[in-house]
Amino acid sequence: METKMRGADIVIRSLMAEQAELIFGYPGGAIMPVYDALYDYQEHIKHVLTRHEQGAIHAAQGYARVSGKVGVCLVTSGPGATNLITGLADAQIDSTPLVCITGQVAAHLLGTDAFQETDIMGISMPATKWNIQVRRAEDIAPAIAKGFFIARSGRPGVVLIDITKNAQVEMSEFNYQPCQEFRSYKIHHPIADQAIQEAAKLLEGAERPYLLFGQGVILGKAEAELKFFLDKSGIPAASTLLGSGALSEEHPNYVGKLGMHGNYAPNLLTNQCDVLIAVGMRFDDRVTGDLSRYAKQAKVIHLELDPAEINKNVKADVAVLGDCKESLAKLTQAITAKKHDAWMGKFRALEQQENEAVVQHDLKPTKVGLTMGEVIHHINRYKADDAVMVTDVGQHQMIAWRYFNYKKTRTQVTSGGLGTMGFALPAALGAQLHDYSRQVICVVGDGGIQMTIQELGTIMQTKAPVKIVLLNNNYLGMVRQWQQLFFDKRYSFTELDNPDFIKLAEAYSIKAQKVSDRAGLAEAVEDMFIHDGPFFLEVVVEKEDNVFPMIATGSSVEEVRLH
Amino acid sequence: MKRYTIFVITENFIGILNRITIIFTRRGINIDALTASESRIPGVHRITIEVTVTEETVIQLVNQIEKIIDVIKAFHHEDTGVVYQELALYKIPVSRLDGGLEKVIRDHHAKIIAAEPDFVVLELTGHKEKTRELLEILKGYGILEFARSGRVAVAKRMLTIDSYVN
Repeated sequence: METKMRGADIVIRSLMAEQAELIFGYPGGAIMPVYDALYDYQEHIKHVLTRHEQGAIHAAQGYARVSGKVGVCLVTSGPGATNLITGLADAQIDSTPLVCITGQVAAHLLGTDAFQETDIMGISMPATKWNIQVRRAEDIAPAIAKGFFIARSGRPGVVLIDITKNAQVEMSEFNYQPCQEFRSYKIHHPIADQAIQEAAKLLEGAERPYLLFGQGVILGKAEAELKFFLDKSGIPAASTLLGSGALSEEHPNYVGKLGMHGNYAPNLLTNQCDVLIAVGMRFDDRVTGDLSRYAKQAKVIHLELDPAEINKNVKADVAVLGDCKESLAKLTQAITAKKHDAWMGKFRALEQQENEAVVQHDLKPTKVGLTMGEVIHHINRYKADDAVMVTDVGQHQMIAWRYFNYKKTRTQVTSGGLGTMGFALPAALGAQLHDYSRQVICVVGDGGIQMTIQELGTIMQTKAPVKIVLLNNNYLGMVRQWQQLFFDKRYSFTELDNPDFIKLAEAYSIKAQKVSDRAGLAEAVEDMFIHDGPFFLEVVVEKEDNVFPMIATGSSVEEVRLH
Repeated sequence: MKRYTIFVITENFIGILNRITIIFTRRGINIDALTASESRIPGVHRITIEVTVTEETVIQLVNQIEKIIDVIKAFHHEDTGVVYQELALYKIPVSRLDGGLEKVIRDHHAKIIAAEPDFVVLELTGHKEKTRELLEILKGYGILEFARSGRVAVAKRMLTIDSYVN
């Protein structure tokens, strides 16, 4: 039985039909009818009022990354919509499924520079997978149905739906039809048997095969298939930044992390393998370094869902287009069981070098100042296996990633592609609101946290028990490191005079503690985990520590430096 | 670098052209010419883009265009793979109409398609080289305005767009 209702009610009912359980948003003039409708549905769908629209979208990202569901954002027109842009770009480059609904001025005012009118369709186009403007109530439900389908299917991404105010108040029939396919959108690529056979043949003859895995494994829910493939093939495997968690770091084939601040062996040995098999990763420049000197000796097999990623940065000798959950399973069947002990031994030997040159100084320092690494080391002692590590962008991000012990999938939330400072605090909030019982640790720097620090207010209001760990070196540390190494120590505008963070946290009724020396660190970390509720731990770390290993911009992966 | 024709078969939705062109602007690539029209199938539009790039670049461009949700299919051809035409209009002052111009019109198989008290409009259909040649000659006749369309093209291969749409 079809019933007529307001467009605003259709928005909420459509979100409910898509099993959305949580909306992150901020009200305003052009979205008020939807907020009015939301008032009637509080029993069915929760809404979290952030302190800024950027906070709302990063929170939706955090929610989406840990849950695998579509994150939902609801904001008003004009500045409400433009405040989403950083989050749109961030989620789109990291393939995070989001549906963002923006209010818009009434259809008859479009193009007149009306109050809080902005061309969010035009502005958001380069930062979305798909966007649409809805000007009639009857078009709302089909747009939301299509939007959710596009956001979550294929390579996930961001959808923006701009709804004019008149469409929100006009009446229409509501008869929700989920979207399952449409002719211009092809996402199912049957795995080509020939490609599987060719890949298997390359692997059969390989003496030094090497596997790189990325977030595609997580997005494709192919963690088990990856593990089985590695168990059988005996191939050493390394993770990208966003791939961390797809394979337990305790797996015998796991050899470490790729990229500018990844591990020594995984980078160096990229240029010594004979077959390189990349799974659900896109050869980002932070992974490859100088492309002209990247794995030139190797035959490349690329398992990838997005046709546009194949041959984009690295030419594939064998491209296996399609869902890696399927292609990994097929490839596992097609190969013979092997071991690569001697080759694996090379990774372990170099790992030992890195341990001696870098890791032990980071984790068990003998100098006076605290290192970021030892803080993460203590976190590892208390964290649960499925604890989520949310990081911001900079030195602390790379250190937390390097030393956090990833054991389970969907435990890594960070801004990878876009590198958005200010991402972590709201993203951690969103991750926590998906599941109050799961440990969510938010590691931030003193620069990034101040970009979205207002979200402490949302943490206060939601009582989300996020464990915030501020690694404070009074610098924009990563930029300072580059200034030291590449700009002759000219520390141009990277030193910060910071507020009293403890007072600030306490002003938001968040329990807070500051640690400045080694003696108090272990206990403070323990206190943080024991505390029932949000906790703010500020650790004053060495001012001028650097992150190593490092591949300088323009260098080759084999030029990875330990100092 | 070579001249390529990119064909885009697309749903007729608002904003689709913008989504396509930002793929070029983001990479700093100039579009030589662009034509949009309906196709034989209702609701399906075709966009023809002429661009001068390397083969590697044109493949990337087509991959990115095809990734657009509302694009049904995108593909590219070199000039040898397409049949194409362009249309040019030339506005000439009446005061310069003399026997010389009549010969030019005849030699180039141009047509007079409009005659106003002060000017006439000539039309010539053909490849760029041909319409450009006439332009050079007409500069000697005080040409007032010149406009040329983008490339209208069909691929030489025996494949219809129905195979992509359905």
